[in-house]
Amino acid sequence: MATEQASEGGLVFHPMDQFIVSPLFGDGAVHWYTPTNVTLWLALTVAAIAALLVLGTKQGRVVPGKTQSIAELAYGFVYKMVEDVSGRDGLKYFPYIMTLFMFILFANFLGLLPMAFTTTSHIAVTAILAMAVFLAVTILGFVLNGASFLGMFWVKSAPLALRPVLALIEVISYFVRPVSHSIRLAGNMTAGHAVIKVFAAFAGLAALSPLAILGVVAMYGLEILVCFIQAYVFTILTCVYLKDALHPHH
Amino acid sequence: MEGDIAELGKFIGAGISAIGMGLAALGVGNVAGNFLAGALRNPSAAADQTATLFIGIAFAEALGIFSFLVALLLMFAV
Repeated sequence: MATEQASEGGLVFHPMDQFIVSPLFGDGAVHWYTPTNVTLWLALTVAAIAALLVLGTKQGRVVPGKTQSIAELAYGFVYKMVEDVSGRDGLKYFPYIMTLFMFILFANFLGLLPMAFTTTSHIAVTAILAMAVFLAVTILGFVLNGASFLGMFWVKSAPLALRPVLALIEVISYFVRPVSHSIRLAGNMTAGHAVIKVFAAFAGLAALSPLAILGVVAMYGLEILVCFIQAYVFTILTCVYLKDALHPHH
Repeated sequence: MEGDIAELGKFIGAGISAIGMGLAALGVGNVAGNFLAGALRNPSAAADQTATLFIGIAFAEALGIFSFLVALLLMFAV
């Protein structure tokens, strides 16, 4: 559909073409087992993380080299985030949060390479991540606190007359969490990459090309920042939700 | 120009939903500006609150992303 519109419009290519999922080999239909460009870039993400964290720290020097200090920096950054936001008893779940952060960060950054496919721009990918967090945190809350986990929705500090209304709002906002959690990441990635492609398409018009190239460079710089901030925001919200499950009453 | 009235409505709707993204920009600016105003009054307490700043920005931004999503749905899905 997108390619048809591109031939009618003034742009050289359609800015949303980059998000089309296509098979790696041939152009048959996409089934659940078909290796697609999403599969390729998800695998590359995992490979890149393994290269940094496993191969980078293999030698385990006391004075770290370049790669090892990046790996240690990432570890220390996430560790401090979990400790600050979720508290010391949240550190038990640090490996999962570290995995989430590294995966989203690398998927975002790899998506910025030219000709790359941004896996995190698809809600199918981010919704799985957000649903996993939501289910894990909800189950954890009930396992650790029992039925008193429901006390999170019953605000004790509010006047009695207001509490049922607040409880309704709290329940709704609790169930909207995975929706906003996933759409925030996917939406930011989609919007940023589409803007870059719109500028890139204008570079084909001779009169506009210097301005368009300047725009691409500026947006690319902004996107590097956004890629990091969105990975950070996803992780820190996971920590906040985890804190709610561990201590539902404060 | 050709096309039917539903096509026209789609484009108008996508344009209107883009206003929501501008309003989210106001929200994000408000969060960041107030943080800076507070941080300059008490710089020693500012470093501990950067996480709160990013959470606030994320919540304000999410609603703008929703309106972007509506625009995308109108353009490509409806």
